[in-house]
Amino acid sequence: MSMKRNLKRIAQVGIAAGAISYSGLVSAANTIKVGVLHSLSGTMAISESTLKDTVLMMIEQQNEKGGVMGKKLEPVVVDPASDWPLFAEKARQLLTQDKVDVIFGCWTSVSRKSVLPVVEELNGLLFYPVQYEGEESSKNVFYTGAAPNQQAIPAVDYLLNDLGVERFVLAGTDYVYPRTTNKILEAYLKSKGIGDEDIMINYTPFGHSDWQSIVSRIKEFGSEGKKTAVVSTINGDANVPFYKELGNQGIDAADIPVVAFSVGEQELSGIDTGPLVGHLAAWNYFESVYTPENNKFIDQWHDYIGDDSRVTNDPMEATYIGFNMWVKAVEKAKSTDTDNVAKAMIGIETPNLTGGTAVMNKNHHLSKPVLIGEIQDNGQFAVVWETDGLVAGDAWSDYLPDSKNLIADWTAPINCGNYNTKTKTCGGQTAQ
Amino acid sequence: MQRVLLIVLLWLGATGVAGAQAPTDDPAAADPPSVSDALADLKSRDFDIKGAAIETIARSGHERAEALLQALLDRGLVHDRAHDRIALGEQADGGWALTDPLTGDSLGQVDARAARPVIINNRLREQIRNLQAVAALSNPDSGRRRQAVQRLIGSADPTVIQALRERQAKEDNTAVADAIDTALSIAVLRDPDSDLHARLAAIDAVAGSLEPAVKNVLRDRATQTDAAAERNAAEKALKAIDARTARYETADTIFFGLSLGSVLLLAAIGLAITFGVMGVINMAHGELIMLGAYTTYVVQQIFPQGHEWSLLIAIPAAFLVSALVGIVIERCVIRFLYGRPLETLLATFGVSLILQQAVRLIFSPLNRSVVTPDWMSGALQINPVFSLTYNRLYIIFFALAVFLTLLTVLKKTRLGLQVRAVSQNRITARAMGIRSERVNALTFGLGSGIAGIAGVALAQLTNVGPNLGQAYIIDSFMVVVFGGVGNLWGTLTAAFGLGIANKFIEPLAGAVLAKIMVLVFIILFIQRKPRGLFPQRGRAAEDS
Repeated sequence: MSMKRNLKRIAQVGIAAGAISYSGLVSAANTIKVGVLHSLSGTMAISESTLKDTVLMMIEQQNEKGGVMGKKLEPVVVDPASDWPLFAEKARQLLTQDKVDVIFGCWTSVSRKSVLPVVEELNGLLFYPVQYEGEESSKNVFYTGAAPNQQAIPAVDYLLNDLGVERFVLAGTDYVYPRTTNKILEAYLKSKGIGDEDIMINYTPFGHSDWQSIVSRIKEFGSEGKKTAVVSTINGDANVPFYKELGNQGIDAADIPVVAFSVGEQELSGIDTGPLVGHLAAWNYFESVYTPENNKFIDQWHDYIGDDSRVTNDPMEATYIGFNMWVKAVEKAKSTDTDNVAKAMIGIETPNLTGGTAVMNKNHHLSKPVLIGEIQDNGQFAVVWETDGLVAGDAWSDYLPDSKNLIADWTAPINCGNYNTKTKTCGGQTAQ
Repeated sequence: MQRVLLIVLLWLGATGVAGAQAPTDDPAAADPPSVSDALADLKSRDFDIKGAAIETIARSGHERAEALLQALLDRGLVHDRAHDRIALGEQADGGWALTDPLTGDSLGQVDARAARPVIINNRLREQIRNLQAVAALSNPDSGRRRQAVQRLIGSADPTVIQALRERQAKEDNTAVADAIDTALSIAVLRDPDSDLHARLAAIDAVAGSLEPAVKNVLRDRATQTDAAAERNAAEKALKAIDARTARYETADTIFFGLSLGSVLLLAAIGLAITFGVMGVINMAHGELIMLGAYTTYVVQQIFPQGHEWSLLIAIPAAFLVSALVGIVIERCVIRFLYGRPLETLLATFGVSLILQQAVRLIFSPLNRSVVTPDWMSGALQINPVFSLTYNRLYIIFFALAVFLTLLTVLKKTRLGLQVRAVSQNRITARAMGIRSERVNALTFGLGSGIAGIAGVALAQLTNVGPNLGQAYIIDSFMVVVFGGVGNLWGTLTAAFGLGIANKFIEPLAGAVLAKIMVLVFIILFIQRKPRGLFPQRGRAAEDS
């Protein structure tokens, strides 16, 4: 009898213990985990740590609204430390150990390329918020930054048509994004009748700080009678000494304008912009755009970060759009399962911060407006030109011979990231 | 209390009187309506409409026209959304203090978002500057007149040409008159209706000028003209200009090389002490430079009004900060590792990571902005194709001054003598009564402090951020090893030699390849002469 009672008690304890651990599981299942994969140390911390804060702010706001499908969002922040292989390891950790439902992360193309095989293998979901060189479309990645046709091509059109530029200096940092973008731009300029002798291409190492001879060559190149502009894909840090040298050598924006694709409000917050007034940047968003949505976003950002001097920028807007789209897609799919959410994502619309609507297209790229801004003496940009409507992101450039016939379409029946419209074949998950 | 009240009352009375007087000489009464219409046009989003409005304002002859155009350039003309009007705006207390553009009367204060500056683009900015230049042709200051003419050289606008002609008749300053002659000669060459004699005279007049506009117009004439005499004259003038330009370009390249060399020298000279004299491989050297740069930033924050002179305080401050950190590193880490280079290398690499992340935590990972004082901005314009940028010029002199000071310290002071004694033979030096521990700490502090001073100079050239040091550590070691370890003169020669070589290769091979070629050259050189350019001789060298 006593033996029996003892057994019963053991069983009861066992059940109770099981129940406790089960309730633990339930509470875990009651949150949705959001992975944040941005460098918080190393070279890229300057740009990426802001995006980490943006995602955390969005999560906090969403939780105040009651979360998603009645569940709270739980951020899981990891630090890949600007180390490209570490991005892949951390992505694997997020997906296998932390079991996150979605990842917001990466900045440089090389970090994205390193994460790509991991999210594809483990069927994760990655939102990538930075303008990039294109030539990619993965089933598991949503690209909320600009493709080259949403930034570089319209900017060059502005130079050609509105400023009457006839000579181009393509200056970039020596890595994949500038090289690919400049290849596209060179092909595009030639298709517009610009000759070889009117295109100067120059690459510099990462973090280049001695711009004297390059700026002096640009000055000389621009003094030969034809209106000249510099198209700059110079990355992050190296821009500051570049612009300083331009100012010191007396190159005025009215003589040789520089249009940059990697310089935003954040990059300018490190310099005195007085001598740079009039140089250009092409983005899909500027902090100075005056819309109720944007004013609200800026106020929320200042509240969250507790510093009114912190600026907002284009990748932050891309993060904002990506996050809101993901929330909508999860609610539409009524699930956080990657395949269901990915399917629901296509066609999702959310307001952007510049007074329009962002649409997720079949190729996992957004439709966005393109804005051209001139640098002002307060470190902000004033919009001097914008596209009439939205421009749909093109995953595969039409100006490169290798990708001319390729499209990405993640809906049936094509369901392919690099579908060749000539041969009607799919080149696999991602080409190359 | 009563006195205060009295003062307040008097003050109120005075402002009241001033306020009452204002309407009597109100310029608005004499205001031609066109200016206020033009101001209203500035609300448009269309830059062509704004351009026409600017033209109208400039031609109106209104007494405030010049001030309005300047305000437009300085973003001081704002669109007050609530009242849908254009006003002069000044940023105050997180909002805008508005004044009437035509009368200067105060229109009160509005919220920061209630008013936006009128946006102009490069074309409009150039238009305003050209209008200002035409106005400045009659400025009493001859320097301003010359600048104005320089701006207008190459302009094809008939009203500009007319204004230049009018000025030419009155001009008494020869430099300004010469510039006007050049501008008008270009206009003659550009004019399709001018006759051959006038053109030949014009080519003759501009032949000595290095202005790019001159070169362009001559090149056009040389290819477009039908007259053989004109073609020959243009080609001859072009050849002379090209020859002179080429000479200045070489001078330019040498200057760039010296400048790069001075940066290398500054970065390496501290290492020449710690690595060269003491033999410590200090991977945290770059971070000591970074600390110097951050010290410059902090000093500028402490003296927000003193951008012009705060650098002079930053130099000793940076020396002290980096020297102290250097001594702490020496006392806490390195002194346990003398004679074990590999461990020193790893330990100091760890220290460098700690310092970087510490700076990230204290100052945030964002780059900090160090203001360049006015006397270091811009360039010394020697002629239109040759100019020396001031910041680089000062840094070359600064680097040499630091070098000579250090040399004096090592050769002429007691500390220098002790340092040399310890580095040559520690045991004998100790036997002579030198406290080698203390000398080690001070020497390391000296090398570190000089790295800090280098940081002050580099803050003027590059980003002040946590990664500043990493960019210079490799270059520093390269210079010290190439120059010969333990030899300061070797460091000087190596720094300037590598700088100039780099700048001569760069235009031929590009910046990336130039760096690689220099590195490969050094590797090959070290294979042949492992002790560098100027190897140390004698017993000390044999020991190490």
